Amino acid sequence: MSAEEHINHTVNHLFRQESGKMVAVLVKIFGIENLAIAEDVVQDALVSALENWKYRGIPDNPRAWLYRTAKNRAIDIIRRNKHRQVIDFSDPQRQLLHSEYTLTTVMDGYWQKNHIQDDFLGMMYACCHPEISPENQITLILKLLCGFSTKEVAKSFLTTEDTVSKRLYRTKEYFRKHRIELRIPSEQQIELRTNVVLSAIYLIFNEGYSSTHDNQLIRKDIISQAMHLCKSLLNNQKTQLPEVYALMSLMCFHTARIQSRITREGALVVLKDQNRRLWDQELIVCGSTYLNKASFGETVSTYHLEAAIAYEHCRSKDYISTNWNCILHYYDALLKIEKNPVVLLNRCLVILEIKGANAALQSIEEIKDSKVIDTYLYITPF
Amino acid sequence: MKEFMFIIRGGDEYGATLSPEELQAHMKQWEEWMGSLAQKGKLVGGQPLISTGTTIVGKEKKVIDRPFAEGKELVGGYIIAKADSIEEATEIAKGCPSFEWDCSVEVREINLMGK
Repeated sequence: MSAEEHINHTVNHLFRQESGKMVAVLVKIFGIENLAIAEDVVQDALVSALENWKYRGIPDNPRAWLYRTAKNRAIDIIRRNKHRQVIDFSDPQRQLLHSEYTLTTVMDGYWQKNHIQDDFLGMMYACCHPEISPENQITLILKLLCGFSTKEVAKSFLTTEDTVSKRLYRTKEYFRKHRIELRIPSEQQIELRTNVVLSAIYLIFNEGYSSTHDNQLIRKDIISQAMHLCKSLLNNQKTQLPEVYALMSLMCFHTARIQSRITREGALVVLKDQNRRLWDQELIVCGSTYLNKASFGETVSTYHLEAAIAYEHCRSKDYISTNWNCILHYYDALLKIEKNPVVLLNRCLVILEIKGANAALQSIEEIKDSKVIDTYLYITPF
Repeated sequence: MKEFMFIIRGGDEYGATLSPEELQAHMKQWEEWMGSLAQKGKLVGGQPLISTGTTIVGKEKKVIDRPFAEGKELVGGYIIAKADSIEEATEIAKGCPSFEWDCSVEVREINLMGK
């Protein structure tokens, strides 16, 4: 790798990791109605990093360098807009940004590690506002929190840049109109709101995990972003709920098997034919650890059960030794939570293994009328 | 509620002797004091001033190359706050961190001119 490639690589990597946090902090500073300013500041910081580091080399702490650049830029913008109507300084916290007695002290406070983490999560909950449609939620998350360009988001969803831009525009309008604030929901709301966030994360994950993509790099990128988002929830005491651990565990088990799931030509390999030696044992151990941690509280979510099913597959040394009875039991439990035709169909496959074709056919009869099945392309769960 | 201006004088020489860390700790107190005023809805605004400037005097607009007063009399900044009375405003002004720098704070009500 040449020096310039190395710098590009570092910046790209940092951008994926840090841009979302920086956007979140800057939105907190400027207000959600100035989301565009926040995005510009982050973009500027990245560009000056690239230019600067090319000549002077990468600094010891590139992240701190980025934060400092964004912070100084934010101070400039505050000073320049002090007497304009762009930024709403009426909020007590923001009022202190208006005075030179307090501007830099307060600004430093915004960039403290614990605040950054909270704002990042606050932004995640804002993106997953229940009134925003799921496809708009995930578009916004990838764009704002994962540092994806409009083009990359479009590629991820196999759609056009135009569609993505429209989605982003509509959602930003919603933010502006309703003055959505960045904050972690209250204790009464946390479970409900976290479920919306988890669905969005799982949708993103499946976008990377599903076989519709031929580009391995995009898929890996999307998967690691989904896991990064989930992990941020686990890093905060207020948001480390059992179902968050369960989803994390599920994603680990799925990702562990990714190498064996698709041939070099991009064809899907069914579970029976997958080379289990390719399964990532380290990730399976991680998944088990998360699953153990998920078992507090009283709720058993669909993520718990899906993770338990995935665990059963991961732990059997070959296809024949799969504990189908145990898996059937989990599917039954899943159906009790939600009568999902896809789950019903997968359950049929389990019945096929245990009781044979006739019993499986019979259970298919039960779901034949469901419309959802028609649109569901992939019958195999793995 | 009425508005009052706190005119802060002095402290310039004292401030110059502090290390960056000490200065930072001092500014933290400003954040706390002004923050508590803002939380109560009593802060209007305010700014510190640098210690050089010019003064223009009289009808002939004679320009002097320095601020009007110097040393302990030099105006170092101002705060505008809301209060119901001069007594309340005075109590609020007593919380100003500038006293640590041996400043004086003059509390003056904003004059609403005309009707």
